[in-house]
Amino acid sequence: MSERIIAFRDALKEAISEEMRLDENIFIMGEEVAEYNGAYKVSQGMLDEFGAKRVIDTPIAELGFAGIGVGAAMNGLRPIIEFMTFNFALLAIDQVVNSAAKVHQMSGGQFTCPIVFRGPSGSAGQLGAQHSQMFENWYANVPGLKVISPSNPYDAKGLLKAAIRDNDPIVFMESEVMYGDKGNVPEGEYIIEIGKAEIKKEGTDVTIVSFNKLMKVALQAADELAKEGISAEVIDLRTIRPLDFPCIVNSIKKTNRLVIVEESWPFGSISSEITYQVQKHAFDYLDAPIKRVTGKDVPMGYAPTLVDAYLPTVQDTINAVKSAMYVA
Amino acid sequence: MPQTKEKTTAKIMDGFTKEICLEWYQQMMMMRRFEEKAGQMYGQQKIRGFCHLYIGQEAVVAGMMTAIKKGDKVITAYRDHAHAIAMGITPREVMAELYGKSTGCSKGKGGSMHMFSKEHGFFGGHGIVGAQIPMGAGIAFAEKYKGTDNIAICFMGDGAVRQGALHETFTMAMLWELPVIFVCENNKYGMGTAVERTTNVPYLYKIASAYDMPAAQVDGMDCLAVHNAFAEAADRARNEKIPTFLEINTYRYKGHSMSDPAKYRSKEEVEEFRHRDPIDAIANIIKQKDFATEEELTKIEDDIKLVVEDSVKFAEESPYPDASEIYKDIYTQADYPYLMD
Repeated sequence: MSERIIAFRDALKEAISEEMRLDENIFIMGEEVAEYNGAYKVSQGMLDEFGAKRVIDTPIAELGFAGIGVGAAMNGLRPIIEFMTFNFALLAIDQVVNSAAKVHQMSGGQFTCPIVFRGPSGSAGQLGAQHSQMFENWYANVPGLKVISPSNPYDAKGLLKAAIRDNDPIVFMESEVMYGDKGNVPEGEYIIEIGKAEIKKEGTDVTIVSFNKLMKVALQAADELAKEGISAEVIDLRTIRPLDFPCIVNSIKKTNRLVIVEESWPFGSISSEITYQVQKHAFDYLDAPIKRVTGKDVPMGYAPTLVDAYLPTVQDTINAVKSAMYVA
Repeated sequence: MPQTKEKTTAKIMDGFTKEICLEWYQQMMMMRRFEEKAGQMYGQQKIRGFCHLYIGQEAVVAGMMTAIKKGDKVITAYRDHAHAIAMGITPREVMAELYGKSTGCSKGKGGSMHMFSKEHGFFGGHGIVGAQIPMGAGIAFAEKYKGTDNIAICFMGDGAVRQGALHETFTMAMLWELPVIFVCENNKYGMGTAVERTTNVPYLYKIASAYDMPAAQVDGMDCLAVHNAFAEAADRARNEKIPTFLEINTYRYKGHSMSDPAKYRSKEEVEEFRHRDPIDAIANIIKQKDFATEEELTKIEDDIKLVVEDSVKFAEESPYPDASEIYKDIYTQADYPYLMD
């Protein structure tokens, strides 16, 4: 497949549009998706191509349109529900957790809920406390859901196509600050399997695990560490539930050290679960306590100094790695 | 612009056949005897968890069933045993589900509040007050999207009318002209809280006027009134793609759930509604019109008792789901890697 550089938002748009061309039962619904062409232009041009029946603007009523999506999915359609941000999806979380995730089990397997809830998660600059939260760990706690959080345009397209074709409910998390990111997305059809992490950079001294936009921090830290002669292996989780623990454990068997970088608050985070699984399955391989770099344990403040103090940085990651390696 | 009607009055009996009246009687007697037995088995701890009985409210579902057609879809909240049986799930499967047995309509995974039948268009049994309201609109959305002439009937209790989900859903259901009937079974109490204690607008049907949604207040102790209201709303949903909100005034003779002694209401109030019992009422009409004799009605009732007894026997003799079922029906993906520790 030949190289082609496109933006993250266009990779998502291609994934949705290609699938909608294949299956009449797929529709996209959300705030500003149609006439405004998407709050972040993911759905640019879709109204023109697919019409108002399949590209549907909603009122600001997250609980209502999430529930309409669930009912439609139970009755034979394949909805894509766009949240302008998952910060707003808290209003709809009852439908995601209590309806979409549980109806297959509650009905003894009779009903399925093939639905994709997607939109950006996490912070995006100086947006204040209510627009800056990560939710991967909230949804990843829920049996019945699958949670995907890609870090680049290539993965975003391949994973979103997989999500749309999947018969289970999917929570697909993007980032406002990644929509303009450019990356290689080859022409032609490809699907990325849900539940598989990817080793983005091989290394021997320490394993760094991250996902979504903090993959940039992880990779940059690895580059800086390389200059100091420290070889870091960097893993992009890509899917949060089911999480590819074997990939992490196999890496630790080689590197014997682990640093986890994520944007969410530390309590009950993805790093918490990874840490449990690693001590359970690779205890004897660890040469140092597992380190993590997370968002600070506070709501994010508005001022630039407070944003900087809140978010994990490349330097934080380097420091964590050095701590895990017992070097100053 | 659709107008909100102040009151639906029951049409005269002419036009209603012996067949329909006997169907109402049969349906309601089935619900009544089944629920009485469910209450009895709950008392014996054969049925566990939360259990909400439908006794007193039978005319609502019975009146609906004669006014809708095959292919229409129904969704409701957790007081769902009667809806399930009326939609075609066998009493055996509903009783077995109450027992938590693998032969239950949800394989023993749902229980009292989560009866389902995809085959019969019954979308459940939902336990979060009001959550089924947008889902009901979504079911209707799918029917319209696919171009069928089926409609969705979305039940709720009076408590659910307070949920934001209702107001969000009414907005979109009208905006998108969805073929749906929203039905509030107003039994006067949301658990122990009287409707008048939750709102300064105790006539719930009036809420629909904020959305220009046609609405009506209906006597829920009268099958005929219920049938007429549903018939009109179904016609509007099916042919004009306009939703309707029906406030059906009914009453539950029992408490909110099996653990509720219902001390928040007077004996006189309960007696007042028992005097208007929908089964007694239809039995009287049947006898007055010579649609059936007392003996024939007794025969129907006796047959129903046998069906209910058989459902208990079936549930008793059925196995619980094997423990291995715990990891089944969560994902459609067969090899999902659950965390086992």
